[in-house]
Amino acid sequence: MSFISIQDVFFSYDEVEEGKPVRNAVDGVSLDIERGEFVAVIGHNGCGKSTLAKQLNAMLLPDSGKVIVDGDDTSVEEKTFDIREKVGLVLQNPDNQLVASIVEEDVAFGPENLGVAPDEIRRRVDEALKAVDMYEYRTHAPFKLSGGQKQRIAIAGILAIRPQCIVLDEPTAMLDPSGREEVISTLLRLNREQQMTVVLITHFMDEAVLADRVVVMDSGRIVTQGTPETVFSQVELLKRHRLDVPQSAELAYKLRGCGLKIDKIPLTQEDCVAMLEEAMR
Amino acid sequence: MRDVAFGQYFPGSSLVHRLDPRAKILMFIAYIVIIFCTFNYAALGITTAFTALFLILSGISPKFYFKSLKVIIFIVIFTSLLNLFYGSGAPIWQWWIFRITPNGIHRAVFVTVRIICLILASSCLTFTTSPTELTDAIERLMKPLKAVRFPVHEIAMMMSLALRFVPTLLEETDKIMQAQKARGADMESGNLFKRVKALIPILIPLFVSAFRRAYDVATAMECRCYRGGAGRTRMKQIHLAARDVIAFVTLALVIGGVIVCNSLMSGVL
Repeated sequence: MSFISIQDVFFSYDEVEEGKPVRNAVDGVSLDIERGEFVAVIGHNGCGKSTLAKQLNAMLLPDSGKVIVDGDDTSVEEKTFDIREKVGLVLQNPDNQLVASIVEEDVAFGPENLGVAPDEIRRRVDEALKAVDMYEYRTHAPFKLSGGQKQRIAIAGILAIRPQCIVLDEPTAMLDPSGREEVISTLLRLNREQQMTVVLITHFMDEAVLADRVVVMDSGRIVTQGTPETVFSQVELLKRHRLDVPQSAELAYKLRGCGLKIDKIPLTQEDCVAMLEEAMR
Repeated sequence: MRDVAFGQYFPGSSLVHRLDPRAKILMFIAYIVIIFCTFNYAALGITTAFTALFLILSGISPKFYFKSLKVIIFIVIFTSLLNLFYGSGAPIWQWWIFRITPNGIHRAVFVTVRIICLILASSCLTFTTSPTELTDAIERLMKPLKAVRFPVHEIAMMMSLALRFVPTLLEETDKIMQAQKARGADMESGNLFKRVKALIPILIPLFVSAFRRAYDVATAMECRCYRGGAGRTRMKQIHLAARDVIAFVTLALVIGGVIVCNSLMSGVL
């Protein structure tokens, strides 16, 4: 069985009219996430991707359908904290996630809540800070750090809980390009080196390209999913759902429209250059 | 607005940093009492020397202590002037309703030194104790109140969150002010009433965003398995050590010294 299994989930915020919800934020989603996978969920604003993220760690519970995390149903109240220990959620605004005035004390917040022994907390905090490459900032005050650094501290705060999966809800939306780069490379490293399951909710296509699997959402439903190559070659479908494709994919798509023969849609600049060289020959 | 030194924490490993935060808080409370129980210059001298000792041992640049004093300079000048002109006894100088007496001068000196010492000591406490340690210590000291259902943990948590968000909200205030200025808001001219009114377009967005933030913070805390004080552990354990005992003994000596000075010499106030 998959690590996280979302089974036909419906959810609406309390917009109810005549006993029926006006609009479902999540409208019949089924999705399986395997251990060690890097999944990117994309969609324009209000497509339900953030709501879906909060379903994964029992912050929100489905109106109907089920979310099973490692064999446990999120709607079983006694399991709530077991699930939050397994699935960590990082939010968009780094400022609002840091609860202590010193970096290391903030990272310690999670394990402290779990009642971990002090020596063990110390070990986890140091390890988590090293994993996000922020160890030398452990005694700094978070408000003096850059956005990317703060978001890495927020990730460390989740890592110190030792989750098996980390879900990030647009972690780079409020960051500058270098901050985004820091956060994404940290995530890639965690996924590759520690086999951490990563679910990245984003609206940056160049981030989604790095995932093992891309899930496209619109109006609370999954529109399409697959490897980045298969998803981003469906340029028309993505455009219909008000999404961009990576620049190189767009270029290839237009060239194809002009009658050029291109077999594989490139996703990165390097692939794009290779494709152009191929086509020129 | 951003360089508010008061209430900040500077990480370090000096003797004062390593004192048990509970000891520091208790000593601070005792200190407040004795500084207001000094009635002659010898007693005042002893407490001032004690303050100086702690400031030096804290290993924090005097620059930051001066900065913390800058904030209260007005209060110091105002109260010392008031005391200067309201002394009792025969005047040594008089003009219109203003009269200065030797008693007034003594009072002004005492009030100035007391306020300055008080601010320096509280800065020393917050500079050397992280907010977490501070609230942790308060939580422990107030633990007996749990017996009467007093929400000790909740209050300590609220305090540490409030301290954490002081710089964030200051930064936000700055941003909102700039935004309103960019739209032509005038905050520098007009009478007092007009200026207070000009604060409304700053306070309302600030409040709205503070509530939104609070909601976000609560979500983030829940995501990190927060479920109240029950069953929580702390990374940094606090223990009473030999150095705390030494600090207490020093404080006891200072208290003894003040009592001796007060009873042996005549008071000047």
